[in-house]
Amino acid sequence: MIYDVAVIGAGVSGGSAAMELSKYNLKVVILEKALDAAMGATKANSGIVHAGYDCEPGTLMAKLNVEGSAMMEKLCENLKVPYERCGSFVVGFDDDDKKKIEELYQRGIENGVENMEIIDGEEARKIERHLSHDVKWALYAKTAGIVSPYELAIAMCDNAVENGAEIMLDFEVTSIEKKGNFIISSPGKSIEARYVVNAAGIYADKISKIAGAEEFEILPRRGEYILFDKKAESKVSTVIFQTPSKMGKGVLTAPTVHGNMFIGPDAQDMDDKEDKSTTIEGLNYIKEMAARSVTKIDYSRIITQFSGLRAVYSGKKDFYIKNSDMLPGFVNVAGICSPGLSASPAIGVMVRELLQKAGLEMKENKNYNPVRNVPKPFSEMNEEEINEAYQNDSKYGRIICRCETVTEAEIVAAIHSNVPALTVDSIKRRTRGTSGRCQGGFCGPRILEILSRELNKEPNEIVKSDKNAYIVDSRLREDKHND
Amino acid sequence: MIKVDVAVIGGGPAGLAAALSARENGAEKVLIIERDARLGGILSQCIHNGFGLHMFNEELTGPEYADRYIRRVEQSDIEVMLNTMVLEVTRSKTIHCINSDRGYITVEAGALILAMGCRERTRGALNIAGDRPSGVYTAGSAQYMVNMQNFMPGRKVVILGSGDIGLIMARRMTWEGAEVKMVCELMNYSAGLNRNIAQCLVDYDIPLKFNHTVVKIHGRSRLEGVTIAKVDEKLKPIKESFEYVECDTLLLSVGLIPENELTDNLQVDMNPVTKGAVVDETRQTSLEGVFACGNVLHVHDLVDNVSKEADIAGRNAAQYLKNSIERTREIKVKSGENIRYTLPNYIRTDIDKLDIYYRVTKTIKPAVVDVYADGVKLKSKKLLVLNPGEMETINIDIPVDAREISVEARENI
Repeated sequence: MIYDVAVIGAGVSGGSAAMELSKYNLKVVILEKALDAAMGATKANSGIVHAGYDCEPGTLMAKLNVEGSAMMEKLCENLKVPYERCGSFVVGFDDDDKKKIEELYQRGIENGVENMEIIDGEEARKIERHLSHDVKWALYAKTAGIVSPYELAIAMCDNAVENGAEIMLDFEVTSIEKKGNFIISSPGKSIEARYVVNAAGIYADKISKIAGAEEFEILPRRGEYILFDKKAESKVSTVIFQTPSKMGKGVLTAPTVHGNMFIGPDAQDMDDKEDKSTTIEGLNYIKEMAARSVTKIDYSRIITQFSGLRAVYSGKKDFYIKNSDMLPGFVNVAGICSPGLSASPAIGVMVRELLQKAGLEMKENKNYNPVRNVPKPFSEMNEEEINEAYQNDSKYGRIICRCETVTEAEIVAAIHSNVPALTVDSIKRRTRGTSGRCQGGFCGPRILEILSRELNKEPNEIVKSDKNAYIVDSRLREDKHND
Repeated sequence: MIKVDVAVIGGGPAGLAAALSARENGAEKVLIIERDARLGGILSQCIHNGFGLHMFNEELTGPEYADRYIRRVEQSDIEVMLNTMVLEVTRSKTIHCINSDRGYITVEAGALILAMGCRERTRGALNIAGDRPSGVYTAGSAQYMVNMQNFMPGRKVVILGSGDIGLIMARRMTWEGAEVKMVCELMNYSAGLNRNIAQCLVDYDIPLKFNHTVVKIHGRSRLEGVTIAKVDEKLKPIKESFEYVECDTLLLSVGLIPENELTDNLQVDMNPVTKGAVVDETRQTSLEGVFACGNVLHVHDLVDNVSKEADIAGRNAAQYLKNSIERTREIKVKSGENIRYTLPNYIRTDIDKLDIYYRVTKTIKPAVVDVYADGVKLKSKKLLVLNPGEMETINIDIPVDAREISVEARENI
């Protein structure tokens, strides 16, 4: 089997590229080193669909942000991914900030952003009642939105697979050789493809290098976040940015599509591409900064904290998306930091165009189905819908995660989906099971049992996220008596 | 649609005793809705002994204690729905629930008893920095794994928090061959019972480090270690005291939170201290016909007290159906100096004696508890020691014309 295109990396960039390519009669394979899609920068970021005023006019970032943001609503509707156009504020506290806000507004106009206005603090507080009284000015961008980034990437991969692509999880690319076609290898296995899309996130530099294409550098920039309970008092309904100032870039306070709220991120340039830990200093910093924008943050309602690594191109401040000059047929999709999520729908299209330019011929796939056929989450069903779902599958009658009301039916479906959920965290990203206020205290052990049963594995082979993250050490006794 | 006189949400110790009491006091049709596959609630996984000393004058294990009530329920005509999750309750006492045998079920109840118990605080609530590996569990989850699922969570264990489940798990993990390195407790006292400290830590030479906490979690896949620290008098970690401890398992026993998500639907008045509903002496909430008892009302340290409280709630739910709860007054019961909370919050019926349950804010040794009615001392009681970890009671005679009763605690000098 020779694939037409191998996409390395199942984040939003790789997912978008694979989905776009599945609209054509191409044999596409997605290669992902982790046990799930969306495990890199896609997993832990702010989930903002930016309006597009922030990017330097004329950059790829500006172009793809505005294009991608415009595509996002329809795409999410088709893919059944939660998306909300909630609007955003850039808040300012003094005259200096006001100047910056005016600059951002002008930049937005240049980038083609619609529906922006500059309003005073009082006006802004009418829209977002939790804004601090110190807020004097705000750039209000109504087109900004929020999306669930990991669900978007999983859904893109799922749609690609539904339309004929393949996904290989646990495929860590360790060598790429060009012998006519590309031979791409992972320990113990290899595949052959005519074209390669390098969407390997923070490791895109390494992949380009081992393939013999351009050498460049991708720097991991860490951002820490704190996530709050849905019931937190101070829950905001819009995305609140701060004006970049001498105090730093500022942190944001924002709602999530699932009804939570978060604060963060800070920005720390790292040496270690695997260090996704949070720090006491980082968490304190974002708390301190968030308190400037929003009144009375309810710290008794913290659910969890996490951090993510942005993939930053070390050259000029832009995405690095281009055909390799050194290695024909190899496309680099690198440096996809903010606004990469917003741009992702447009990144897929651009990758397809680059492949066409590189000589890949493609014909439209007439059977392409843009709509993902996934049932509504149980938690959003009404009584009638619940009854119908239950009639078809009695596992809808068994609630496993009580905080987020997730049923056994949904968990089993996730395990056997196009991009199979093989880990406890994969279940979380698809169903929200374990993501609520008890953080898996109740459902975690039960999900472990379901995974073990459905995957036909021993309980100690079931992991939280990666291969070594076993949950239980062993069975205690062989003579277990079931009651 | 099912119609019942009394619906009890939760089939743990509170739900069982409340249902029995409601039935025995005249409620005809009583229903227990339980989300698990068996009755007994958290007692099912508490296989250690120490239950029932007050109620039955003997030492029982958790399942044995629960069994005393389960047998009585089975011998009665109380209906039980297992594996059934309540999705929503309304102010008109309609319960929407689901199970895999019958699908969506609507229950209309004359009176409702909330007995949903509590859940454990998590790592997130503590905001501990570091990695997010596997191997970090609440003590109760680990207990479920060991006692119910036959799984060993890990081999080298650090326990944060000296709540009772943490102490019990220190011993349990030791018995199963794990090395329990230490129990860290943020405060300078334990929230657990003294007998558990003696029997679960001291007997096994497990150090209990007061004024210590975990400040960082290490391990990108599975837990590899934690950084512990001593805290100052403001509970802030002292940098110089940071110490790395290698472990593959961190168990958290850092507090319990009444599971009041369903109660929120009912919009009853809540007590911010207990995080449970505000109730009067009948254990009725601010919404008539809705009662609460057990850990959903306030977190108990002894199941015996849960059963007692549930008995009151069940009896009064039955009375409510007969229209025989007469609200003749409203006396407020307040927490005075050194008292974290009192329960009930109000006295509304015509009773002349009352047991007030209370907890203190700090260890007081030796102690005196004073009860005042409208500023006049009603009763004093001397105690050798008062611990925040142990709920106490004081019985009072209620003056006929009282308007406010207040409980205070002080050192007995």
